[in-house]
Amino acid sequence: MYSDKVIDHFTNPRNVGVIIDADGVGEKVSASCGDRMKVFLKVVDGVIEDLKFQTYGCGAAIASSSMMSELVIGKTLDEALALTNDAVAEALDGLPDPKLHCSNLAADALHDAIKNYKEEGA
Amino acid sequence: MKRIYMDNNATTAVRSEVLEAMLPFYKEQFGNPSSIHWAGQAVSGAVDSARGQVAQLINCQPEEIIFTSCGSEGNALAIKGSAEFLRSKGNHIITTAVEHPAVLNSCKYLEKQGFEVTVLAVDSEGMIDLAELEAAICEQTILISAMWGNNETGTLFPVAEIGAIARKHKVRFHTDAVQAVGRVPVDVQAAGVDMLTISGHKFGAPKGVGALYVRKGMGLTPLFHGGHQERNRRAGTHNVPGIVGLGVACELAITDLAEQDGRIRALRDRLEQGILSRIPEVQVNGHRLQRLPNTLNISFAYIEGEAILLFLDMKGVAASSGSACMSDSFGQSHVIGAMGVDPMMANSNIRFGLGLDNTEEDVDFILEILPEIIQKLRDMSPFYSERAAS
Repeated sequence: MYSDKVIDHFTNPRNVGVIIDADGVGEKVSASCGDRMKVFLKVVDGVIEDLKFQTYGCGAAIASSSMMSELVIGKTLDEALALTNDAVAEALDGLPDPKLHCSNLAADALHDAIKNYKEEGA
Repeated sequence: MKRIYMDNNATTAVRSEVLEAMLPFYKEQFGNPSSIHWAGQAVSGAVDSARGQVAQLINCQPEEIIFTSCGSEGNALAIKGSAEFLRSKGNHIITTAVEHPAVLNSCKYLEKQGFEVTVLAVDSEGMIDLAELEAAICEQTILISAMWGNNETGTLFPVAEIGAIARKHKVRFHTDAVQAVGRVPVDVQAAGVDMLTISGHKFGAPKGVGALYVRKGMGLTPLFHGGHQERNRRAGTHNVPGIVGLGVACELAITDLAEQDGRIRALRDRLEQGILSRIPEVQVNGHRLQRLPNTLNISFAYIEGEAILLFLDMKGVAASSGSACMSDSFGQSHVIGAMGVDPMMANSNIRFGLGLDNTEEDVDFILEILPEIIQKLRDMSPFYSERAAS
């Protein structure tokens, strides 16, 4: 059902955890299945220096979180804002159709964290 | 990697004895049992014999058995066939919130045809209230459809009590016994059942064959029309190998019942107690006592069921989940939802359906790997860290 990349990221998710003194925190909950993703950012000179996440969800949601973290660490905020949920799913070599909605949390939670960072005026 | 199958409520392996009995009917004895020539008549006897074996298991007459293709067909034939046949007598049907979709969707279809359906609620253990059932019966009530054993939680309805209420009010009573047959004693006379659905692949027969018991004298409008098979109640050429296999599976089930209630129940309880003692914040779903002996439905707080299943699968363990995020549905399990289970617990439920092939080693292996799986997922969960911080 899942690609090797999804299984890899689900089994060994990268960047799981919490940043205690995060510069920005974002969160999204899936209305359809209740999955929840929380993203913590550390930003230095407009670049995402570190990102940690927590996810309550299925294999696709956990793998999407992990892939999203790998795609944006080291990127500028503008580059991170350009990341789409589709791009996350694509980077995982796709997800089964019924699971696409699970990847929709990843970029949205990231964008929410960036918005929070900007609102906090850091 | 060792493979452990604990999804026997979904389907079971075909028993060796069943397969052996079926094989001649694919090639050597291939006749159509409706044909009058030697080839057909040889096969006709085998179908009759299987009918007797099914009847013996549930204590009815062979002529009260209709062979079907599956449990869904049996349920649809019982409900839609009764509704149409009894339409002149009334238009009210009673069922329960935790029935299989084959029952609930048949009822929904009938609602669109002008029937009224009362769906009885269940309590936190998945049990109906018999007083509520009796109060729901009115002059227009023509049918009660309530399952014998629940497919998700294993909760066993008090079928004999439901049967007594139905008889008292002269209402036809159908029970979906797909999960119960072969796992607990099923006696249609003692239970006062008028119609009862069986599915072969739940207890060692192949997929694609089932049966519906219909008490003698009860009329039923067929779902589809064609030949005169099954006394005009189910047209279509008989699935002879499947029917032969179902018959043998029923015969074997008579002796299996002791094993189900003894060894399998003990294994299930060992698994349940092992999980409860090793992993905090878990919840068993369903009735703790009135439950199928092979079924354990259990929730793990703060995490989601599919993720648990994936890790179990990677270790070679096949189980199932009614979680919100399974591959083919987003909605929470209607059974767990009807029981009022907290949504987070509802999303994390795993069903272990034990079978004849399971051993103590299987159970111990799951108990060895499961705590680590649960902790790994909890360590990723925002709910868990928030709970730990509070």
